[in-house]
Amino acid sequence: MTPQMHQLAAGATCPSCEEPLESGDRFCGACGYDLSALTAPEDHPTIAMNGAEPAQSPAPSVDWPTAPEVDSSDTPVPVHLPTDLRGIESGGRAPSRDVLPQGLQGLGGAPIGGVPASQEPSGQSGPPGSSARPGAAGSASADGDYTLAAPDPAGDDDPGNAPTDPRTVPPGELSAPEADTKRCVACRTGRVDQDGYCEHCGHAQPRERDHMEQELGAVAAVSDRGLRHHRNEDAFAVSSTALPDGSLAVVAVVCDGVSSATRPDEASLAASRAANESLLESLPRGAHPQQAMHEAIIAASDAVNSLAEEQTSPQEHAPHHQNAPACTLVGAIVAGGLLVVGWVGDSRAYWVPADRTAPAARLTEDDSWAAQMVAAGLMSEAEAYADERAHAITGWLGADAYELEPHTASFKPDRPGVVVVCTDGLWNYAEAAEEMAEAIPADAGERPLRSAQVLVGHALDGGGHDNVTVAVLPFPAPPQGAGSA
Amino acid sequence: MANFSKSTVPQFSVEVYQNEYLPEGGREVNAIVTVSSTGGGTIGSATAAPHLYSAGRAPDAAVAIMVDCSGSMDYPPTKMRNARDATAAAIDTLRDGVHFAVIGGTHVAKEVYPGGGRLAVADAATRDQAKQALRRLSAGGGTAIGTWLRLADRLLSSADVAIRHGILLTDGRNEHESPEDLKAALDTCAGRFTCDARGVGTDWEVSEVTGIASALLGTADIVADPAGLAEDFTQMMETAMGKEVADVSLRLWTPMGAEIKFVKQVAPTVEELTDRRTEAGPRAGDYPTGSWGDESRDYHVCVEVPAAGIGQEMLAARVSLVIPQGAGDSAQTLSQGLVRAVWTDDMAASTSINAQVAHYTGQAELAQVIQQGLDARKAGDVDGATAKLGRAVQLASASGNADTAKLLAKVVDVVDAATGTVRLKAKVEEADEMTLETRSTKTVRVKKS
Repeated sequence: MTPQMHQLAAGATCPSCEEPLESGDRFCGACGYDLSALTAPEDHPTIAMNGAEPAQSPAPSVDWPTAPEVDSSDTPVPVHLPTDLRGIESGGRAPSRDVLPQGLQGLGGAPIGGVPASQEPSGQSGPPGSSARPGAAGSASADGDYTLAAPDPAGDDDPGNAPTDPRTVPPGELSAPEADTKRCVACRTGRVDQDGYCEHCGHAQPRERDHMEQELGAVAAVSDRGLRHHRNEDAFAVSSTALPDGSLAVVAVVCDGVSSATRPDEASLAASRAANESLLESLPRGAHPQQAMHEAIIAASDAVNSLAEEQTSPQEHAPHHQNAPACTLVGAIVAGGLLVVGWVGDSRAYWVPADRTAPAARLTEDDSWAAQMVAAGLMSEAEAYADERAHAITGWLGADAYELEPHTASFKPDRPGVVVVCTDGLWNYAEAAEEMAEAIPADAGERPLRSAQVLVGHALDGGGHDNVTVAVLPFPAPPQGAGSA
Repeated sequence: MANFSKSTVPQFSVEVYQNEYLPEGGREVNAIVTVSSTGGGTIGSATAAPHLYSAGRAPDAAVAIMVDCSGSMDYPPTKMRNARDATAAAIDTLRDGVHFAVIGGTHVAKEVYPGGGRLAVADAATRDQAKQALRRLSAGGGTAIGTWLRLADRLLSSADVAIRHGILLTDGRNEHESPEDLKAALDTCAGRFTCDARGVGTDWEVSEVTGIASALLGTADIVADPAGLAEDFTQMMETAMGKEVADVSLRLWTPMGAEIKFVKQVAPTVEELTDRRTEAGPRAGDYPTGSWGDESRDYHVCVEVPAAGIGQEMLAARVSLVIPQGAGDSAQTLSQGLVRAVWTDDMAASTSINAQVAHYTGQAELAQVIQQGLDARKAGDVDGATAKLGRAVQLASASGNADTAKLLAKVVDVVDAATGTVRLKAKVEEADEMTLETRSTKTVRVKKS
């Protein structure tokens, strides 16, 4: 299972340096950019989206029709504030952009968030939200508008119920290409040795993780090293599976390795894979997606923790990197009309409705110094984000995390849209939900891969100071068999 | 004999200690390369080095002992007697099967045992005969060390063995040949056998003894009191008997456009290797390291690479341990490590200095300032000597090099080690000064934190 590859068409240029490319090029002759996963030239990630976007900017004030099927009991559905999530200090603030727009109903505010890993609730099959926030979100979900709690064991094994392509393709089967056939992308003279360096000029060759793309029918993700970092410490996993009722569940997990810790690239890879595997195990057997997300984060945490016990490579010693491997995580599940997100750290999920006149929203609340300061009412948002400590994260996966606080939240959007799941390498260049909505192409729901490429291009155009990883999940999940192909 | 089962194939490992992060425009890459060799009794033949003797066989080695028999060895007479006893002790340490010879050195070199341009093979009988022959050693004549080395080379090369080693003892200056003659002899012998050199008493020239050891990749030391010779010889011979693989080279590959600033051994002693490079294929060169037993050595490699942009990564050097195979250069690689360069805009990463690099930079400076300080002292430059030796005291103290600190304290009065404040001692024992000079290149490893 490899990322989709497309032949380069004539007239293409390198997304990194604009050098004209020839058909059949595997790497850019000028800068060495890995072209192997690039799609047709019109998908050029650096193309500015300005022209493609509807000229009218999102108008948060537009009055939307109330979603008809939102709440069968006619009780007003509570607005879910990200600040309501347990595990995040609530300072009583309510910045307007954090209020979820109409049409995106929050169902359950992190019912199990804040519970330390050791107290992980076991085997809860009931709907989430009923315990932790009885006054707020509980009533909505308790009405049973999500009925996965009746798993049909037979459905698991019934091929007829399975989606057309319930597969998992973990990223980065890091097999090195044939060493004796590769020429250096930097000097174009030397051969590439077994360690991935040019035998002539010594330059490191593009690694598979430098740029990764993956597209399944219902989700796509792109990850790029960026322009200022020497390796990609982000990782992602995307997959789809079948719920017990045979409907499609789509999963995306994005992780950002913590650079100040040792082996951040391994941490992000391990976390994304473990979370993905956990979800692929729990969703088909009927676990509630929010519970499944919580468990997936704990599984990811365990995977990262176990890295700390392994020995570093004996060949290299970098004494200033002494911390245990660590990473952030953000995941999203689109299943059965629900949108579930979960996160630890400062990687984010955004909701961008297909109708761009409707407001977009950020679905996650960073575990970061700035977010905590603002939440605690100690600083204004502007002050907090201007501080040099702003991006210091206060929650992460890793052996030296104080206490694991997985945050999860469920939403029930009443209209189509896409979920953007990304690392700060992207949102640094599109922080507000409106900016994210502007950056993503209008046809994101139909072309998730291209949208992810465009978003990565947006970050690279902005300077690409960090690794950039983004996954795009259309909501609702496209009908089975109707991939973008 | 005892160590027969000690085996066959040493395992080499290479570890690289460096801060690979460079700032924008940064070019200089420093790394400490630790090479360890362990005799692989139980490890098996992962590295089938051709020079190695196989299990159950006698060590594949030849040793020549060169004893100074010049006239000065009789003043005092204990010197000659101790030299004889020391040589006898060394012979006792020879393992069965080792080829050996004893050479008496004056202004010419004479075969003391076995004679006839041959080597003896060690067993109980030959060891006994050799010790008998030592009684014939008498002092008289001059000193021309080059002739001793050439004879040793001739004898050692007559045996088809892997390890060839010399032990040289002198008590005086090399007065009966020109420095050029000695240099020519060393050039001839370099790479053909390794040699430890010892100065006994205080009438020898430190630079001559250290120069011999350096050229022939052995150790140098002073044995100020002749009574200590036997122990020292025994130890030297034991070390020689422990050698398992010879002619190992440190091979350095560097990328196009890179310049090697220096390559030096920094532990157990400082040994400059930069100028001893022999080319070994495109952009690669070999630096000799001699023979290896169970031991570990550290090398400091400093390379200047062409600058690259932020986010770029380059292999600045590939360091490998090889056994060159002569013509055709199908060298056998025993182990290797990578020295990398990564350009970053993270100032915290690019400005930090690797602790190993910092430590050995200090140790190399320590050896240098001791030499400079002693030279200044001999030249009567009190201020210069005080400054240099003060710095040496400071470095030795900060790095935990207690042995060198002790030797320094015999030459200067230490007022404050932390700041390097010292006074030159009015009267210094010659032996103390020579000991300091001879051992100035000895280093210590980084303290385990």
